[in-house]
Amino acid sequence: MFASLMLSKTAFIAALGIASVSAMSTAVAQTATEIQLSYKDKKFEPAEISAPANTPVVIKLKNLDAKAMEFESKTLKVEKVVAGGSDAIINVRAQKPGRYEFFDEYNEKTARGALVVK
Amino acid sequence: MLAALIIVFREVFEAGLIIGIVLAVTRTVPHRNRWIGGGVLVGVLAACVVAAFAGALSNLFAGMGQELFNAAILTVAVVMLTWHNVWMARHGSELAGELRSAGQAVVEGAKSLLALAVVVGVAVLREGSEVVLFLYGVLAAGGDSAWSVALGGFGGLLLGALICVLTYVGLIRIPMRALFATTTVLIALLAAGMAAQATHFLEQANWLTAMDTIVWDSGWLLSDSSFLGRALHTLIGYTDQPTAMQLVVYLAILLVTFVLMRIYGSPAKAMPEPAHG
Ligand SMILES: [Cu+2]
Repeated sequence: MFASLMLSKTAFIAALGIASVSAMSTAVAQTATEIQLSYKDKKFEPAEISAPANTPVVIKLKNLDAKAMEFESKTLKVEKVVAGGSDAIINVRAQKPGRYEFFDEYNEKTARGALVVK
Repeated sequence: MLAALIIVFREVFEAGLIIGIVLAVTRTVPHRNRWIGGGVLVGVLAACVVAAFAGALSNLFAGMGQELFNAAILTVAVVMLTWHNVWMARHGSELAGELRSAGQAVVEGAKSLLALAVVVGVAVLREGSEVVLFLYGVLAAGGDSAWSVALGGFGGLLLGALICVLTYVGLIRIPMRALFATTTVLIALLAAGMAAQATHFLEQANWLTAMDTIVWDSGWLLSDSSFLGRALHTLIGYTDQPTAMQLVVYLAILLVTFVLMRIYGSPAKAMPEPAHG
C-alpha cells in the first residue's frame, strides 16, 4: 500500500527530473524583448504594444488599480492574475507575425489591448 | 451582476466537475462526505490565504511564483490521483462487492479518501483563490455595485455547485461495476491532463523550455476557451495547441498509471490457479 505510493511518487519525480535535465541542456539563451505595460482605470496603457517576430517577449505589467485583474490572451495562451497595486511578469513564447489580442478577464469588454508582432 | 456571475461560474465550474467525479468514485466508501467536505473547506480557507498573499506569491521566483505554485499543486493532485487508481486496482473489487466482508478495505479506504480529499482541496484552492481575489477586489473598491457583484458571485457559485451535482448524478446512473471501470479511466485522464497543465505552467515560467514546439492547432475545430473546450480541458486535459513536452508528459502519466496498476493491482489473482487437465 505505502510502497505503491512511494513508487508512484518516485516515478513521477524521475519523469520530472528527466524533463528538467533535458530542458537545461537545450535551453538557448535567446534575448527576449522586454515591454512595459501598465493597467489603470480598467485600461491598458499603451493599448497596443509591438515586438519583433520569432523572439520571446517579456511583458512587465504594472497593475495601478486597487482591484485585481487577470491578464488573458487566448491566442498567446497566457492567463495571469495580478493583484491590485502589484507588478507581474508575463512570458510570451516567440511568435509569428500577426496581431494577438489580450484583455482583462474581469473587464473583458473595456479592458483590451493587442501585441503586434512584426 | 451578470459579469460577476459568469466570472465566478467559470472558475467554480472546473472544481465542480472534479468534486462530482470524486463523489461518484467514493460512492460506496463510508464517511466519504466528511472527507470530501473537509477537502472543500480546507480548499476554501487556503484559497483565502493564497488570495491575501497573491502579490507576495507572484513576486517569488523572479515573478514566476504563481506559475510555479500552480505547477506544484497540480503535481500533488496528479500524484494523489495516480495513487488512488493504484489503490483502487487493489481494493476496488472488495469495495464494489459486499461491504460487510470488506472490513479491512473500508479501514484502508480512509487512505484513498485522504488522497481524494487532497485532490478536491487542491481544485477548490486553485479556482477559489481567483474567485476570492476578484470578489475581494470588487468589495474593497467599495463601488456602487458591490452588492450586485456579490449577488452575481453567489449565483455563479450555485451554478458551479449545480455542475458538481449533475456530474455526480450522471456518473452514479452507471451500474456499480461499470462505474469503477469508467472512473478509473476518467481519473487516469484527469491526472494526465493535470500533468499537462502543470507542464504548461512550467513552460510559462520558462523553467521548462525543451520540446516547446506546438504540435498541432485544433483551435478551428474546438477552441479550449469555448464551453465544451473548457470542460474537456478539465476532464481529459484537452488543449488546442499542445507542446511536444505536454504530449510526452500526458502519455507518460497514462503509461505510469497503467504499469503501476498492473504491478500492484489484484494481489489475489497473482496466486497461480491450479491447472485444469
Ligand atoms: Cu493498501
